[in-house]
Amino acid sequence: MNLDSMQEIVAAARREGKRFWEIILETDMENRGVSRGESLDKMAKNWHTMKEASEVYTGERRSLSGLSGGQGKLMHDYAAKAPIGGEFMAQVIAEALAMGESNACMRRVVAAPTAGACGVLPAVLIPLYWRENLLEEKMLEAMFTASGVGAVIAYRACISGAAGGCQAEIGSASAMAAAALVHLRGGTESQICHAVAMALKNLMGLACDPVAGLVEVPCIKRNVVGAVNAVAAADMALAGIESRIPADEVIDAMGEVGRRLPMELRETALGGLAATPTGRAVKERMASSKKKQRVLTIKDARWRLEKREPQGSK
Amino acid sequence: MIDVFDIMGPIMVGPSSSHTAGAVRIGRMARTLLGEKPVKAEVYLHGSFAETGVGHGTDKALIAGLLGMATDDLDIPNSFEIAGRRKLKFSFEETELRDAHPNSVKLVLTGESGRKMKMQASSIGGGRIMVDKLDGVDVSFSGDYHTLIIQNLDNQSNLSDVSTALSLARVNVANMSMHRSAKGGNVMMIIETDDPVPGYIVELIEKQPGILQVIHYVKED
Ligand code: SF4
Repeated sequence: MNLDSMQEIVAAARREGKRFWEIILETDMENRGVSRGESLDKMAKNWHTMKEASEVYTGERRSLSGLSGGQGKLMHDYAAKAPIGGEFMAQVIAEALAMGESNACMRRVVAAPTAGACGVLPAVLIPLYWRENLLEEKMLEAMFTASGVGAVIAYRACISGAAGGCQAEIGSASAMAAAALVHLRGGTESQICHAVAMALKNLMGLACDPVAGLVEVPCIKRNVVGAVNAVAAADMALAGIESRIPADEVIDAMGEVGRRLPMELRETALGGLAATPTGRAVKERMASSKKKQRVLTIKDARWRLEKREPQGSK
Repeated sequence: MIDVFDIMGPIMVGPSSSHTAGAVRIGRMARTLLGEKPVKAEVYLHGSFAETGVGHGTDKALIAGLLGMATDDLDIPNSFEIAGRRKLKFSFEETELRDAHPNSVKLVLTGESGRKMKMQASSIGGGRIMVDKLDGVDVSFSGDYHTLIIQNLDNQSNLSDVSTALSLARVNVANMSMHRSAKGGNVMMIIETDDPVPGYIVELIEKQPGILQVIHYVKED
């Protein structure tokens, strides 16, 4: 089936007596002409990559720009010291930071839906997986649920900062994560939709304004707000709270807001935080260090070429 | 139709699908098109690749791709050192390419047999790429399909030979285009197929009169 409306996926699930995630799985099988096992395996690879990225994170790495690194570790240590939002929430925050940093530090991540927003989904899935001793099977179901939501958003609106601002990246990731959480806690199809609607509503209008054009500031910490918002939206939906505006309409509205965002707030690094005095200073620093590095590299490479020596400059 | 695994995935080394993953794919594509191990690479960065490339590791990603690494290879950040060990010499320069996508790069490669190749490509978002120029000829293919790149003399019409060969193997053609640099110059045929082309068909095409070279790019998962 075409993954172009939440309502239709839910209707299909009801009609066929299946769950939301099964409809997504079957759509993938049909689309790519693969077996159920192959589709599940591919999703398992994504899940394992997320878990591994979390396990190998130490907080020691720094990004090429020097802007990021180590914050996930700080938050992780703080989680044991009676954090305000409780230990679980602190773990969610720590995981979101760790994953965003891993991306910035050129480690392996799963774009979900984008590399910039790669921390949102694992930030809610991994702590819950450990706390509640969930089965891997369940996690894959949750990830298919999330992918279906992302596919609808990509179809009806957009999922890139350049097209629709950060609401399209972190907002979409947050809606995907909220849906995954509702599924993991045994929520209904209609609760999934309400969670999606609420998560996306809460982040509507968010600008994409990366400092120096790099996926670091504010991106890494935006993964935190995406994750925490997902937990809140899922809890609200599970509590029986409904979104007054249906999910598909919220998604359409997000797309519309995205189109109206000025170019300066869509990944061009010309507005918002990128245009603050500090943001601009970072950009200038990067430009001058780049020049130094570039000149050295070229000279080095030329010299080595002439000398016919192996190139090993850094 | 949106692929569910374009939403959940790809698995990649960060930080940016366009500036890092796409750059790796461009390097890998260039290596495939060269058809052999590159020993020298001159890299010309354009637009946003030149501007924010260092912060995104675009330079390291391009070299990683030239070394044959995939987009999820954890050695991407160490590609400069690995290039040193594998005897790939490289240099970077910033440049202005005419009418090019903001994330573009021109690569001038020399292979171990001395073969030279020029390729211009762009990273068009989400890790997807487009080859825009090959040895001075304007082309346009993405590597989203299995692709045959056939160079032949202009005065020979090989189109029918090629399509006969392909239909022999029941290979379904998705797109086909012809490009040439100038009237009377050599022609480049780009054929994108749904299935990979069997090796013996590639050889068969290679043996036709007027065909200078055939490269088969096999799509990656
Ligand atoms: S600010 Fe822009 S680049 Fe950063 S996470 Fe948000 S959408 Fe992505």
